[in-house]
Amino acid sequence: MRIGIDVGGTNTDAVLMDGNTVAAAVKRSTSADVTTGIVEALAALQDQRAFPVDEIDAVMIGTTHFINALVEARRLAPTAAVRLGLPATASLPPFVDWPEALVQAMHGRAYLAHGGHEFDGREISPLDPDELKRHAADIAASGSRSVAISSVFSPINSELELRAQEILQAELGPDVAFSLSHEIGRIGLLERENATIINAALRELATSIVDGLASSVAASGLTAPLFLSQNDGTLMDMEYARRYPVATFASGPTNSMRGAAVLSGLDTCAVVDVGGTTTDVGVLNLGFPREATGEVLVAGVRTNFRMPDVLSIGIGGGSLIRDGGALVGPDSVGYRLNTEALVFGGSTLTATDVAVAAGWAEIGDAGGVGHLTKETADRALDVIATRVADVVERMRTSAAPLPVVAVGGGSVLLPEELPGLGRLHRPENFAVANAIGAAIAQVSGEIDKVYAISEGRRATVIDEARQEAVDRAIAAGAHPGSVEIVDFDEVPIPYLPGNATRIRAKAVGDLALTAVVR
Amino acid sequence: MSPLTTSPTVKEIRPLTRIDGPEIQDLARGAAILGTGGGGDPYVGRLLAEAAVRERGPVGIVQVADVPDDAVVVSAAMMGAPTVMVEKLPTGTQFAQAVRNLTDRLGIVPTHIACIEAGGVNSTTPIVAAAELGLPLIDADGMGRAFPEVQMVLPTLYGHAAAPMAVADEKGNSLVLDTIDNRWAERLARTATVEMGCSVSTAQYVLTGAQLKQSYVPGTLSLCVELGRTLLRARAGNADPVAAVAEVLSGRILFEGKVTDVERRTQTGFARGTARVSGVGADQDRTAMLRFQNEHLLVEVEGRIETTAPDLIIVLEADTGEPITTEGLRYGARVRIVTAPADPRWHSAAAHDLAGPAYFGYDTDPVLFDGVVVSGS
Repeated sequence: MRIGIDVGGTNTDAVLMDGNTVAAAVKRSTSADVTTGIVEALAALQDQRAFPVDEIDAVMIGTTHFINALVEARRLAPTAAVRLGLPATASLPPFVDWPEALVQAMHGRAYLAHGGHEFDGREISPLDPDELKRHAADIAASGSRSVAISSVFSPINSELELRAQEILQAELGPDVAFSLSHEIGRIGLLERENATIINAALRELATSIVDGLASSVAASGLTAPLFLSQNDGTLMDMEYARRYPVATFASGPTNSMRGAAVLSGLDTCAVVDVGGTTTDVGVLNLGFPREATGEVLVAGVRTNFRMPDVLSIGIGGGSLIRDGGALVGPDSVGYRLNTEALVFGGSTLTATDVAVAAGWAEIGDAGGVGHLTKETADRALDVIATRVADVVERMRTSAAPLPVVAVGGGSVLLPEELPGLGRLHRPENFAVANAIGAAIAQVSGEIDKVYAISEGRRATVIDEARQEAVDRAIAAGAHPGSVEIVDFDEVPIPYLPGNATRIRAKAVGDLALTAVVR
Repeated sequence: MSPLTTSPTVKEIRPLTRIDGPEIQDLARGAAILGTGGGGDPYVGRLLAEAAVRERGPVGIVQVADVPDDAVVVSAAMMGAPTVMVEKLPTGTQFAQAVRNLTDRLGIVPTHIACIEAGGVNSTTPIVAAAELGLPLIDADGMGRAFPEVQMVLPTLYGHAAAPMAVADEKGNSLVLDTIDNRWAERLARTATVEMGCSVSTAQYVLTGAQLKQSYVPGTLSLCVELGRTLLRARAGNADPVAAVAEVLSGRILFEGKVTDVERRTQTGFARGTARVSGVGADQDRTAMLRFQNEHLLVEVEGRIETTAPDLIIVLEADTGEPITTEGLRYGARVRIVTAPADPRWHSAAAHDLAGPAYFGYDTDPVLFDGVVVSGS
């Protein structure tokens, strides 16, 4: 059995999973120290269904802690960013286009040095150890405790980042943490470097949070290995999490969608999450969220994290209903639903009220909507169904039937069938979908490189790229026999002769639990 | 050859007088629209231009009509792969360096900088060169859109030479090419570009003011800023940004749908691709096919060719109106396809030989943005 825990800003949820079946599920408040909330949630899980601690194979935790720390600019380590690439890149040094307040919050300092590679693997200029030693002296004097290193085209050749770390570490000592860009991002220097700097600034927090998570799980008597969920819905171990806190950033929505899917027994589906103010629609393909293309702003910083592609509309349980039901939202009473909705004795007609009036939900006092005409309720619910169906329709990528899974407190607003999309799947336990998503996670490996493909070698190059992704998944802890390529993308580079092609591949497999005897 | 033509759409647009920062973002976004899927990612170009203006002060913009006939104009640009440029970021000084190498060699003193192309990268990098050199920038470009090769500009049709042409990299290497025609300039500069790391700055088309007036598309920079602002204004006012863009360009919204298939293959050094777009809304049950290389070059709806280069085929994100590059075209993207007229001088027989569908390997007569076939050209 596995335990999944979701530590959100408000609630800490925990589930006990037996395969893909929920054996127990609890919800507790998140504590300021994180630890207490987890200990309480695990105790409540034991109360609900007693389990011998040695039957737990693994504990998986999803947390929004790190992205929240960045957004709130708190507990960030003083950080230096060293870029290798001179004489290229000089006009746009590290931290270019960042919000000034965030740079100050991490006492950001930018350093440029020689090094870097061309697209075809040649060096732009040789590494200059003396230059790096001078930078190290300044970094030490300025009090930076964490260093981000980025080198031009390091996704193709990581050698210079590793050598620069060696030189700087020798000068700065073992207490300074290093984050290397080739381990964090893909091609696109500024976006990859930005993610690396963010990671560097979170390293001290990561150490204390990861220690806290480990001790709270240990305090509950659990000895099973502990993992954290990553952006793409796969796992990392605690040692990796200490070094790459940035890899948790998008785990919230990803876990939620994956949890919803497993609850409904579907691995390719649309997930419709109806909240109080918005409805978010995402699509899972073979169990993984389809990713948004292009750049993503996080706390005002441009990155190229892979985030799930989610389309939102302003329809939720608190949406205002006007014009005799013809107009729904986009404004909502939000968290005041419990006082402002008619069924709670308020004076605002909301989407929840029409669902109660139509007999679709039993919430609050149905007497509050006794005066509502059937026409108004039907019209409003029809508008909601049509608009949600339209969003799902737009998220579809093929004419093949796509099952739709509805989750979230506001999903009572949706009919049994969405127009043109068939019957809705409504899984139980959707309120803890995040924790379930964490519990079912697998392990992945990824590559993103530019290859010069010579005549007749295309098949060989592709095979090599796929194998490298598989090898990385196994290195990350996947069971070798279970690894599959789930995502593959091959794009010839425009305006570049010589068949240069950018290849991205992602492999995913089941967590290898070799140490555990079941 | 037709006389000096002013594109009808540019008339109502307020001309830029200078660039000092805030308009660069609008300009880059608008240029990416005119880039018709090519011309590179506008983000790095925008940051470079912003940095240059911050350090060197505002760049004055001169309207074509105000350029003296005896002005000495040099067009500054980048050449190479946008994918490389977002990784190996250029150094701001290399743009001015290419211009200096060229003018020093020729023993001339430049008076103005111009843009050769409308595109995410090449509409912003001349701002960097102009700021570094302290020269004014002319509100014009050599194409009114983006094309992949040096010779594919209106000045070629007027017999103006690209070379002598300077190519400079960020390492300090440079060369000045003398070539017998503009295709040779493309060929030799391209080879040097690859050796130099696939992202170089160039200076070319040294023209007099009179030659520039004759052969460049006036008002391009102002049009780019207007397009960028139009997008934001429409979105802020809950209006349709795609319709607003189509209106500014006097074009039409051809098709709306989802990208349901993208196929790319590399053939003789060029990335050739097709994308299938399955219709939604009014285009439900219809299919459009986009054929692209570096730019979108041909679009069919239900098997009929609706538009080809040299007219503009612009693919925009369906809701936000943000331009989508050919590299960024992905399965599942929700898009609207806008077609718009190119500068009318792109529709002579010679121009069609230079940059019509046949040149790009498509066996068809050119088709204008409104679907009219140009036969026998």
